[in-house]
Amino acid sequence: MLTIKDLCASVEDKEIIRQLSLEVKPGEIHAIMGPNGAGKSTLGNVLSGRPGYEATAGTVTFKEMDLLDLDPEIRAREGLFLAFQYPVEIPGVSNMELLKAAVDARRTHAGQEEISAIDFMKMAREACKSVGLDQSFLKRGVNEGFSGGEKKRNEIMQMMLMEPTLCILDETDSGLDIDALQVVARGVNAMRSEERSFIVVTHYQRLLDFIVPDYVHVLANGRIVKSGDKSLALELEAKGYSWLEDEVA
Amino acid sequence: MSEQVEELIKKEYAAGFHTDIESETLPPGLNEDVIRFISAKKNEPEWMLEWRLKAYKVWQSMEEPSWAHVHYPEIDFQAVSYFSAPKSLEDRPKSLDEVDPDLIETYNKLGIPLHEQEMLAGVAVDAVFDSVSVVTTFREKLEEAGVIFCPISEAVHRFPELVKKYLGTVVPQRDNYYAALNSAVFSDGSFVYIPKGVRCPMELSTYFRINQMNTGQFERTLIIADEGSHVSYLEGCTAPQRDENQLHAAVVELIALDNAEIKYSTVQNWYPGDENGKGGIYNFVTKRGICHQRAKISWTQVETGSAVTWKYPSCILKGDHSIGEFYSVALTNNYQQADTGTKMIHLGKNTKSTIISKGISAGRSQNAYRGLVRMGSSASGARNFTQCDSLLIGDRCGAHTFPYIESAHPSAIVEHEATTSKVSDDQMFLCQQRGLDPEKAVSMIVNGFCREVFKQLPMEFAVEAGKLLEVSLEGSVG
Ligand SMILES: Nc1ncnc2c1ncn2[C@@H]1O[C@H](COP(=O)(O)OP(=O)(O)OP(=O)(O)O)[C@@H](O)[C@H]1O
Ligand SMILES: [Mg+2]
Repeated sequence: MLTIKDLCASVEDKEIIRQLSLEVKPGEIHAIMGPNGAGKSTLGNVLSGRPGYEATAGTVTFKEMDLLDLDPEIRAREGLFLAFQYPVEIPGVSNMELLKAAVDARRTHAGQEEISAIDFMKMAREACKSVGLDQSFLKRGVNEGFSGGEKKRNEIMQMMLMEPTLCILDETDSGLDIDALQVVARGVNAMRSEERSFIVVTHYQRLLDFIVPDYVHVLANGRIVKSGDKSLALELEAKGYSWLEDEVA
Repeated sequence: MSEQVEELIKKEYAAGFHTDIESETLPPGLNEDVIRFISAKKNEPEWMLEWRLKAYKVWQSMEEPSWAHVHYPEIDFQAVSYFSAPKSLEDRPKSLDEVDPDLIETYNKLGIPLHEQEMLAGVAVDAVFDSVSVVTTFREKLEEAGVIFCPISEAVHRFPELVKKYLGTVVPQRDNYYAALNSAVFSDGSFVYIPKGVRCPMELSTYFRINQMNTGQFERTLIIADEGSHVSYLEGCTAPQRDENQLHAAVVELIALDNAEIKYSTVQNWYPGDENGKGGIYNFVTKRGICHQRAKISWTQVETGSAVTWKYPSCILKGDHSIGEFYSVALTNNYQQADTGTKMIHLGKNTKSTIISKGISAGRSQNAYRGLVRMGSSASGARNFTQCDSLLIGDRCGAHTFPYIESAHPSAIVEHEATTSKVSDDQMFLCQQRGLDPEKAVSMIVNGFCREVFKQLPMEFAVEAGKLLEVSLEGSVG
């Protein structure tokens, strides 16, 4: 699915990701934890092709393609989805309008017909319901005046509609109340399949009680300093990150 | 036809010009004889000719204004041709294959059906196509309701009293340089009269106006809504319109008598020039309406075309409790320049006006909003709300806001809000991360920005306007 080899990346000429390697197989869930400023969001940005985030060395292969060679919208159409840590508002553009365009972009890329407005509405209503958002959110401007939690639910709704193959969730659990946390977890678990993989960035092991990862990685200073299974998250919860930094040094 | 005109024709066309009165174009230049010629061609009554000649004198005494935030090479008014008859069938393209492929491509992007493309591109079709019968039913329905909708040249003959009574009353000849010029040489345009208490049964669209070829240059429109009547008028279309005449100076006058309501929607898409700013239409328009007691005039405009736009649809709120509205989207790209806005002149008591202006600048264009709100000394309890938003795409363009507020009444309230924003990288990336290419992303963001104004447009116009923005923004990112 995704193979990252010795990836280095910088933002504004500052190196943030340093020789990072990671292998994600179909159906797997990888959790990434690590201190603030470690480079977790940067990794998501580089993978999704955000302008300004430049890969300077290494390779990334996604579904046998050279990912770094693709425009960001092509990566999205190929099935790479990023749930943003800070979703941005687009005033006046309805959620529905953006999502229909998004779904159609993905479908036409795959050689399918555009979805009919009626079918889309059905799907969108379903998705709304399953993340606990009122139907009226479909008509509202993208993230316009949404609360923090509503923005995050909205990201999960988008993920459901786009049916991606690789989902990167950047702190989707931050700022969520306990019910919303379960909503997000349920959404991810419902989408979990043999062909779909997840990279879940989080600060809280609590989320991993609901979304059980196959691997947990610790990212510090731009590289993965430790990998393990779910128990690593528990250990981190108990001990923090400093012992790892000592270990690495 | 007068002898003088015959003389003129002989003189001007001696050197092998077509002397066929049905199909010629006047050589460039403006003088009294030219005006007589135009009037004679239209077989106008004496009073109309006198009116034109008076306007010409006024125009000669005036100077071209230079206060607008636009720059263009000096116009040589003697190098402009002031009359051109419709092209004869032989001169027109025989099929769409003979039409500029760029134009056809744009038509296709806008989703304009083939037979309409033929009409727009001026293809000489003799086959009776659908729209002819549409026009006929349309006219019949209007007649039943007692609504008059015809070319103004026809109204001069059929309804001289109405024309005499109202022409030039809202936009006087000496109002401004271009209005004076238009009054002297106007080509044709619409005349609308809605009788007392009648609600016009359909949207009146210039699309249905017979005789619309080649009238764009000095168009003159007069709309009279009698007491308690109601009309919605649509001007222009989204298809790009080319014209050999670079200088355009239209005048539109609206009269809303007591309790009447006029909604005037425009989509303006004259050729803006190429991506280097070459060619393109100079559009100097004077549009104004007068509201009597409890009357309402609402202007909605979507301006995407022209190289230079100079346009301020305005309302004179004369009657007590009357309402004026102005909703505008003005988009400029490449080297386009627009100086547009409105004037709300509050004279009556408890008059109300709303101004929502959305300016979008891309490329190297310049986009200015210029608005005047004047509260007269008798306008007690008058209110205005103005919201003026600018959106920038890229960093080589400019947005400017020039609000003028004059309040002579202490109880009048004027509110003004203005914002300037950019299409942010974060918004662009969000769209791209959802699979949209950058052009689609920009057009979606811009459409969202304009939503408040598009909501005011009649349904099908609103959809087309959205597509139009998309096409007009091409090449603005990347
Ligand atoms: N656009 C940017 N401009 C400048 N510096 C940036 C930019 N994006 C990231 N950085 C820097 O890169 C480093 C890593 O940031 P990143 O957002 O990837 O951290 P993170 O691991 O996601 O942290 P957090 O847990 O706080 O979300 C930080 O020092 C940050 O300031
Ligand atoms: Mg982060």
